[in-house]
Amino acid sequence: MTESAVSIRAVRKSYGTFEALKGIDLDIRPGEVFSILGPNGAGKTTLVEILEGYRSRSAGEATVLGTDPGRPTSAWRARIGIVLQSTAVFDELTVQEVVEEFSRFYPHPLDAGRVIGLVGLDEKRTARCGKLSGGQKRRVDLALGLIGDPALIFLDEPTTGLDPQGRRQLWDVVREFAALGKTVVLTTHYLEEAEALADRVGVIIAGEMAALGTPREIGGRQQGLTHVAFEATGVLATTPLPSGLGGTSSQQFVTVATATPTAAVVALAAWAEELGFDELPGLVVTRPSLEDIYLRMVADADAADATRTGDAP
Amino acid sequence: MTALAGQPNRAGTLRLGLYWARVELRLFWRIPAQVFFTFALPVLFLVIFAAVFTGDITAGPGRSIPFVQYFLPGIIGAGVMSSTFSNLAGSIAVQQHTGLLKRLGGTPFPRGAFFIGKILQALAVTVVQTALMLVIAVLAYGADLPDDAARWGTFIAVLLLAASSGAALGIAYTRAIPNANAATAIIQPPFLVLQFISGVFFRHSEIPGWLRAIAAIFPLRWMSEGFRYAFLPDWFGEVEYGSTWGWQWPVGILAVWVVVAGALAFWLFRWDRSSGE
Repeated sequence: MTESAVSIRAVRKSYGTFEALKGIDLDIRPGEVFSILGPNGAGKTTLVEILEGYRSRSAGEATVLGTDPGRPTSAWRARIGIVLQSTAVFDELTVQEVVEEFSRFYPHPLDAGRVIGLVGLDEKRTARCGKLSGGQKRRVDLALGLIGDPALIFLDEPTTGLDPQGRRQLWDVVREFAALGKTVVLTTHYLEEAEALADRVGVIIAGEMAALGTPREIGGRQQGLTHVAFEATGVLATTPLPSGLGGTSSQQFVTVATATPTAAVVALAAWAEELGFDELPGLVVTRPSLEDIYLRMVADADAADATRTGDAP
Repeated sequence: MTALAGQPNRAGTLRLGLYWARVELRLFWRIPAQVFFTFALPVLFLVIFAAVFTGDITAGPGRSIPFVQYFLPGIIGAGVMSSTFSNLAGSIAVQQHTGLLKRLGGTPFPRGAFFIGKILQALAVTVVQTALMLVIAVLAYGADLPDDAARWGTFIAVLLLAASSGAALGIAYTRAIPNANAATAIIQPPFLVLQFISGVFFRHSEIPGWLRAIAAIFPLRWMSEGFRYAFLPDWFGEVEYGSTWGWQWPVGILAVWVVVAGALAFWLFRWDRSSGE
């Protein structure tokens, strides 16, 4: 049996009466790229910082690379790399200097020049960090996360502030890193990023793991359902839909979620013809993206929360 | 190699600390305005004091010293405390609250090496600053330097011990600073109050006994006595401090303070204060 890269059971974190994490279970395999998604304030950063050894947990079991992150040792720290959410650099040091100094902290660091090249900062090697653009500083962050040649790297919103080209470049670095059999834990707001990089995704909402699986499986109930929508015009908006088709109506559109979109379109066309429409106005057939599913999960959680606390939504 | 793998940097804390001192010195020297004011402020104090307090202090026949000779040790002491305690507490508080140190805390870099780097940087600045003040005091105001090897030895020992303990206390004191904007407001009071009750600006013999007793707990009072011992004649010490005047108490107590302050730094220091505790 191989040791999990990350293994946690019933991890809780409370700040006073506020429960930031309400019992999280998670196993991440070595070599896996795992992405944590969730809205702001959901507990993502709390969870990641517990795994990184920055914060203590209130309850539960946790191991990261076989060590309890609540008792970080320097030998353990030498095996993990961290790219924090906020960029903070030593403004007066050059890129080369700061990467070199950090390389001294590790028993088996990568070559500073190689890492600087890898993150695409060759041209800025002798520039002071304070003079770099936001995106370039982000690359320095990544270089400092990689320099110790970690077995596991945490990336907290690594592509925030990067242009599209920079984002792709960083994705390539992450893929290259993962191809070496190393583990990546990626926190991100960009669902396309999770879809592009992650083997599995965990969605954290209000301190709980709302969904866990491959990007394809996530919300699998809904991924199978295709949306057929048309404009809610006249009687089309008021007449009941053909039997077997459940629909939701908004002011402008009627949307039907179905596992058999072709049959649904045929049934709807017949139904519309009876009502005097040769064409369904504005007909659209879509498969929901991970983003749609994710946004719906967040909205559902907000609605449930509003009901529970009695707040007006 | 395998021994190192278990404890990647245990053996290297001192070595890493020396490397880190180089980093800190680079960070210091590369901000010219900071360099200028760090060195200019104590010199300015010296110039103003010399302009305001002229003449001699006299305590009977044959017992007279120029005022500049009297306040030079106090101003050196205030400069030491400013460039160690105040500077480190202030700069580290900012680095803690911007998350700069959080990044260091996420690596195997030992806090001991960080402390060594910070303290050595503060020591280097203090030594240069002190030398500068001595040169100006001697050339511009005719102050006398310590007149024998024992007094020079006392001066150097007190300077290094006081600067080290001040720097370590500055590191420890960052725990009392809840956010970077509050740093100055929280650092100034102990610094100012101790200066006034430790005989830096006022004569020690003119301070009420209960205040002297409080001051006697802290390093600044002993730094002042140590510097005065180095710069002033024995009769002055007997007037100021009584018969216990000498190098032994200042050096001994400051040495204890270095150990205590180091322990406090390890106990109280946190890499990250950017998010709640």
